[in-house]
Amino acid sequence: MNRLLPLGAVALLALLAALLAGIAIGETRLSFEVVAQVLANHLWQAGHVLDPIDAGIIWNYRLPRTLVAAACGAGLATCGVILQALLRNPLAEPYLLGLSAGASTGAVAVGLLGLGGTLLSLSGGAFVGALAAFALVLLLARASGSSHNNAQVILAGIAGSQLFNALTAFLITKSATAEQARGIMFWLLGNLSGVRWPSVWLALPVALLGLVVCLWHRRALDAFTFGADSAASLGVPVRRTQLLLISCAALVTAVMVSIVGAIGFVGLVIPHALRLLLGPGHSRLLPASALGGALFLIVADILSRTLISGQVIPVGVVTALIGAPVFALILISRRGRP
Amino acid sequence: MTLLHTIVSAPLACQGLSLRLSGREVLQGIDLAVKAGETLGIVGPNGSGKSTLLKLLAGLRTPSSGSVELLGEPLAKLPRRRVAQLLALVEQQADTQDSISVYDAVALGRTPWLSALAPFSKADRAIVEQALADADASHLAARIWRELSGGERQRVHIARALAQRPQLLLLDEPTNHLDIQHQLSLLHQVQALPVTTLVALHDLNQALTCDRLAVLDKGRLVALGTPEAVLSPERLLSTFGVQAHYLTDPFDGARILRFRAP
Repeated sequence: MNRLLPLGAVALLALLAALLAGIAIGETRLSFEVVAQVLANHLWQAGHVLDPIDAGIIWNYRLPRTLVAAACGAGLATCGVILQALLRNPLAEPYLLGLSAGASTGAVAVGLLGLGGTLLSLSGGAFVGALAAFALVLLLARASGSSHNNAQVILAGIAGSQLFNALTAFLITKSATAEQARGIMFWLLGNLSGVRWPSVWLALPVALLGLVVCLWHRRALDAFTFGADSAASLGVPVRRTQLLLISCAALVTAVMVSIVGAIGFVGLVIPHALRLLLGPGHSRLLPASALGGALFLIVADILSRTLISGQVIPVGVVTALIGAPVFALILISRRGRP
Repeated sequence: MTLLHTIVSAPLACQGLSLRLSGREVLQGIDLAVKAGETLGIVGPNGSGKSTLLKLLAGLRTPSSGSVELLGEPLAKLPRRRVAQLLALVEQQADTQDSISVYDAVALGRTPWLSALAPFSKADRAIVEQALADADASHLAARIWRELSGGERQRVHIARALAQRPQLLLLDEPTNHLDIQHQLSLLHQVQALPVTTLVALHDLNQALTCDRLAVLDKGRLVALGTPEAVLSPERLLSTFGVQAHYLTDPFDGARILRFRAP
């Protein structure tokens, strides 16, 4: 444990540095000094005299965007850890299992059609969509022979994703104006541009809640190492734990998708990289993955704003450019195993 | 001792235990009471329901009818955590792709005794180390699970079960995948443990070393008693479909079974 404390401190410092970099770097390059002064003004009324435009960009635009990127990355990485542990499948991840696609459909249905009236917010619709997609994927995996076969579950996930993406496209074509459609399509690819403070107050608590619930069940997640029967004989109430933690993953995914769209592969890349470093124990893997996911998405967001000058690439495209090769690497490294 | 007393004092017992899966009777009306401290072997041909019976007795499957009692309490009403503190099951093929170390795999056995806020204590560490020693696996502690041989994995599974500090140990064909030396030493170790043990066994000569044997045939309990009484030549012919007779080893006078096709 003593060995890990400095490591955790370094990781926290790295997160802080990434946050500052995320705020400073962008179309308009702002100095770290100005960033620090704006933060000081807002956090403890430091009273620095600053260009109001710079101050506005930093406080109303860059800071919430970077904080949401961090929350999103942390949340999605946590979801990846949960799904991989519970499904005993190294490729399980909210995006690949169709949760993100289902959440998109749910959010679009609520946003465009006003489905659910005032009862359902965008996030609520996304949550229902994510749960529906996951149920469909699991049923499909079971019907296709084995819910334990890694490849089968991922194939079912692809089928589910395709179906829900088609539903989303159908809804957009049927009900959206040309301008709405363009906006939704851009959002679907993962987009942090529209993020303001209210999103921060949704994303941060949900990401933290997800992490705390999972940490509380870290021993149960460990107990799934040798499968569900083994977890049961180690005293884990399997059904209840699966239901709770998978609902938790669906909720976190849904909230993140409703804010920033479907960002893939964070839940795949980060837990895998950290498992190599720290081993499979969840008491380390969960906090490390949350931190790593936050760092990863902040950096991916910076890249999305700077790779092509004057243009913003959807952050989902950046994560996929990194994540898809990692997915391929995992596939190759598991050659010969079931 | 009255019959009622026997049943109540049995650490693990079942009455009328049946399981029907997609129209097929996998187990039918099993009545069984394990005696405290004994090693009870379960034998029977392939598909006779040995593994299923162990799963039902461990509470991993819900019976279609009948009930299981653990230390006099209905198993179905006990929380999973409490069950795992009293009873440990070692299944046949529990595997993982994770790069978990042997020590950590055995430490999982402490799960039923730890809560979300309780750290893994010195006492837990001592229990894990004792369990590794009891299963003759101390030298494996730093190894990675995936790199172990089948026999080493089996001993790690048993160590994990022992780390649960159970009063009852259920083992499903624990000598599978083991070489002959480890088969014998493992059985010997299991029988020397201060716990009540239920063990499904494939090898009938190994089964002869148990205190009592239960014979399953097509999901029914057809015999229960001392090994010599239960494994009679008639029983071996009717249940296992082999001609058999006992030989006496001139080396130590032990009785062994010799089989021939009928």
